[in-house]
Amino acid sequence: MTPVADAIVAVLLLGSGLLVLVAAVGLLRLPDFFSRMHAPSIASTLGTWLAALATAIHFTAHQGAPMLSAWLVAVVLSVTAPVTTAFLARASAFRRRAGGDEDAPPPFA
Amino acid sequence: MKHWFPAPWLSLALFAAWLLLQGSVAPGHLLLGALAGWLLPVLTAPLRPRAGPLRRPGVLVRLVFTVGLDVVVSAAEVARGVLSGRRRPPRPAFVVIPLELRDPQALAALAVITTIVPGTVWTELAPDRSALLLHVFDLPHEGDFIRHYKERYERPLLEIFE
Repeated sequence: MTPVADAIVAVLLLGSGLLVLVAAVGLLRLPDFFSRMHAPSIASTLGTWLAALATAIHFTAHQGAPMLSAWLVAVVLSVTAPVTTAFLARASAFRRRAGGDEDAPPPFA
Repeated sequence: MKHWFPAPWLSLALFAAWLLLQGSVAPGHLLLGALAGWLLPVLTAPLRPRAGPLRRPGVLVRLVFTVGLDVVVSAAEVARGVLSGRRRPPRPAFVVIPLELRDPQALAALAVITTIVPGTVWTELAPDRSALLLHVFDLPHEGDFIRHYKERYERPLLEIFE
């Protein structure tokens, strides 16, 4: 049972690592601020979920009792991320409007 | 009852989170978890908007699975957009979504959904909450996206919260 679990854990962690790598590449390659905001969200959502799943499977297989607390990481990240994301996005939108940038999003009346 | 347990679901979630973190249901942890579940909602009650009842638990469960699936699919799309680079560049754009949702808790839930699904960034809510400005990573067709977004996320939230 344990070798199978270890293989699954390895695949999940590899997938999670690849997603973080793609997120980092996106941060480097994408052309502007708003596009770059999308790249790290791959790492902080699916990347974290795969790592949490791997943690849960690993400790469940090795300790024989279901281990669910890793999911709290995913839940707490999901609930807190919108605060910082909305702050960053809104600050950038205000800066662009104030600077007369033609790419600035249209303001609400 | 309302005074001592202003947010029963929050109390329950805090209690469960405490026990999960401790990995134990020893009497001491049950007591501390119950204390956290009771005290934190009471202390933070003035900070929270008034919560209505949660309707349609079935719709809520289905929404959680919809969002989970969308996170996986959208993450793959954003990853492809990043890697395909100059050959097939993504078409980023701002979109204004007209909203029917007004309940602050429901809007918070919509912000969570928008943020955790890769490819959409919550940018700004209109001061009267009648519309929402989003930045979308790859937007081939604006009308389709707005319809998809409202149908998939806003409608279930309307059923649950209003």
